[in-house]
Amino acid sequence: MISFRSVRHGYGNNISLKFQDWTLQQGEPWLLLGNSGSGKTTLLHILTGLLKPQQGEVLVKGTNLYQLRPKELDLFRGRNIGLILQRAHLIRSLTVLENLLLAQSFAGLPTDRQLAKATLASLHMEEKINRYPHQLSQGQLQRVSIARAVLHRPALLVADEPTSSLDDKNAEAVLQLLLCQARATAATLVVATHDQRVKTSFSNQYSLPDVAV
Amino acid sequence: MSPFSISWKSLRANSLTSLLNVLLIAFGIGILAVLLLASSQISSKVHDNARGIDLVVGAKGSPMQLILSSVFYIDYPTGNISLQEADSLARHPLVKRAVPLALGDNIAGARIVGTDSSFINLYNLQLAQGNFWQHDFEVTVGATVAQEQHLQPGDILYGAHGLSEGAALHEEHPYRVAGILKPKGNATDHLVLTGINSIWRMHGQEEEHDYEHGEEEEHHAAEKEITALLIQYKSPGAMVLFPRLVNKSTNMQAASPAHESARLFSLIGVGIDTLQWFALFIMLMAAISVFISLYNSLKERKYDLAVMRIMGASKSKLFQIVLLEGVLLALAGSLLGLLLGHATLQLINSYQESAHTRLSGLYFMPQELYLLAAGCCVGMVAAALPAIQAYQSDISKILSKS
Repeated sequence: MISFRSVRHGYGNNISLKFQDWTLQQGEPWLLLGNSGSGKTTLLHILTGLLKPQQGEVLVKGTNLYQLRPKELDLFRGRNIGLILQRAHLIRSLTVLENLLLAQSFAGLPTDRQLAKATLASLHMEEKINRYPHQLSQGQLQRVSIARAVLHRPALLVADEPTSSLDDKNAEAVLQLLLCQARATAATLVVATHDQRVKTSFSNQYSLPDVAV
Repeated sequence: MSPFSISWKSLRANSLTSLLNVLLIAFGIGILAVLLLASSQISSKVHDNARGIDLVVGAKGSPMQLILSSVFYIDYPTGNISLQEADSLARHPLVKRAVPLALGDNIAGARIVGTDSSFINLYNLQLAQGNFWQHDFEVTVGATVAQEQHLQPGDILYGAHGLSEGAALHEEHPYRVAGILKPKGNATDHLVLTGINSIWRMHGQEEEHDYEHGEEEEHHAAEKEITALLIQYKSPGAMVLFPRLVNKSTNMQAASPAHESARLFSLIGVGIDTLQWFALFIMLMAAISVFISLYNSLKERKYDLAVMRIMGASKSKLFQIVLLEGVLLALAGSLLGLLLGHATLQLINSYQESAHTRLSGLYFMPQELYLLAAGCCVGMVAAALPAIQAYQSDISKILSKS
């Protein structure tokens, strides 16, 4: 279970964003809706332990993220939270497989080549394991970053605008992939988007109100 | 995957920039290594050759030239001194041992030294084969000379006039090899030793004596000349008195090997200092270059670093990775530099003329480890600021700007 309680954040000293409390059950797919400027990215960063809010608490699997020491938080994030960025990004100097092995090592888990290869295979990337990121297309990069995010069977899988740069067919494919991977790993999935095409696949929604400037 | 292999792979991805940095560091460390190795070898050679010689007495002229010619056998002698005067100095109560030297000829570049058994004792020479010279025109050759000329006891040699190769041969008097010395690691390896009388006979001083007889002999002894006298004192107190005695009361000069070598070092020291500053300047450039390339690559890689944090890497791990890149560059550069230093000395060696002053590239010193450590420190200092920057980077900010 993941919960988000009385979280408030602002940049500088003024608190400009107040987030509604939010509770997500394990394995539930959620849609996070909000227009640009509504604090969507801020919310995602707070949810994934990247940004400490000025007030409030975030619990993932019973752990209060911002009460952990910085090093523990990094490790907790590495093990329990998978984050898929809007623009897929891999470490440039490493191959596809090495990128996944690096994720295992940073998360403090033993190196498991078989698992890494199997995860890549489930996303149909088994032929590219020894390629470098610059040799892959944007769509392929995104598959690899999904593989990296689900590799340790995280409790929480978060995708930030995963479909924004894709056409209808690919957007639908990526969405199905995310849902399928989340189901396979029993992860709670949060997809942040302003993309209307995505809405039909999700029953749970958390909407951010537009901020009046 | 260790921070080491992450850093290594990142450097490999920017191989050209990495190469430039490695070369810069290698160049700086290489010059420092050459200076270190060469000056240490020169001073140990000087030390080995001058051991046991407190003073050299020879004809007036440059004291350094006298030392170079009579102790290191590299320069030309200052001239000759009278045997009689030399003998009277040799018998002085302050003198423990006096070794006469008569130079003038060479065999294929190796100097022929006319002397007596005191030379053997001074350098503590030992035979590898055969005997020491006993009769006129018998020689005992140094280990390196024997090896280079493929000499065996019983071989016949012709001396050439002068001290450089290729001059007119003394064909009228062949030398016979009586024995070969064990290697000593000093100038004696490169010498051909014989009795003084052989030198005199070769140059006609004794032949005169054959025509004239009896009472003339005393007179002729006065005309006999040698090149220099190597002197060992009985007590250290002689150091003050004896040189003054020679310089004031005879028309010869006394030169101290210790003093002249120190003077030689202070002369070439200026060159060494200049090169040292030059090398340090190159190291500074290398440090700046490492800093700039890490700093620039950090700008391009800040997204990489943010992704590493998402994957669970802590801030201190990023710090380690960036710092390690600097240290790896410096380590590779320093190792290459040491290799370059040794190779340079070996190259200089193969172009050097006088065999016994040759520098070797296969000479190793524990101080080279200090150079290695210093090189790594340079890399660490250059990488410190970029590493701190990687440590402090705010991932949330980097990600929301994309």
